[in-house]
Amino acid sequence: MTPFLINRRQVLASGAAILAGGAAARAHDGTVHVTIDRLAFMPAAIEVRAGETIEWTNRDAFAHTATVRGGWEVTIPPGGTATRVAEAGDDVEYYCRFHPNMKGRITIIP
Amino acid sequence: MKTTLIAALGAACLALTAPLAGAQDKLTDPQIAHIAYSAGAIDIEAAKLALARTKNEAVAAFAQSMQDDHEAVNAQALALVEKLKVTPEDNATSQALAKAAQEKREALARLDGAAFDKAYIENEVAFHKQVNDALETLLIPSAQNPELKSLLETGLKLFQGHQQHAEHVEAGLK
Repeated sequence: MTPFLINRRQVLASGAAILAGGAAARAHDGTVHVTIDRLAFMPAAIEVRAGETIEWTNRDAFAHTATVRGGWEVTIPPGGTATRVAEAGDDVEYYCRFHPNMKGRITIIP
Repeated sequence: MKTTLIAALGAACLALTAPLAGAQDKLTDPQIAHIAYSAGAIDIEAAKLALARTKNEAVAAFAQSMQDDHEAVNAQALALVEKLKVTPEDNATSQALAKAAQEKREALARLDGAAFDKAYIENEVAFHKQVNDALETLLIPSAQNPELKSLLETGLKLFQGHQQHAEHVEAGLK
């Protein structure tokens, strides 16, 4: 019975998460995690405070970048991770310079 | 020289498109694996030629990325066919690809400097576009094994990225 309740709660929670799908992911413990898998940033949109860390984890066998046109660039090696401490001006769209069809967005929140 | 190259390019395009569009009967998984692997191997060879020849930083970075990515995806393809106990099977499409690529390499090998860079990048745009069209309309729909289909779908996203990257480099050369 108990497992069923837990399961149901989990189902409800994931349902809520799906409903909230339009909202950008938020940081936990000062770090917001972005996974790269099969040439996609997931989640594609994140919300972060200046001073918090963004960490990209690359599950692909290919090198990727998080590149801001005319701005900064982070290289994420195959199977590796890379980080950036968000700055106040990081309200940006970014892409992978090697695969420009990969796109992400960072929103700085107060 | 320019006319010869354009003619060679045109011939290469025709050679590639004809068998792909003409859809040799039905492609089997071993044939599809062979075509996808051949396309990757062709682009690795082109990248090696470019790395040996170009002095342009953006072209060299692009070529290095092509070599690394296509080697990585072909390693995944080899691991998959081994796991599935499938032996890739040579076929008319693979042969047409190889023949067109050889002609293209010979045409590129006659060029230097900015003319080489331009021809290499233009061909990379065209080649990836053709392979992407083939993946979308022929190879992915024909693939039977779900793991092969999934790898081809990842390949399509990867090569679409390469096409856009090549287009960016091409715009920078003008």
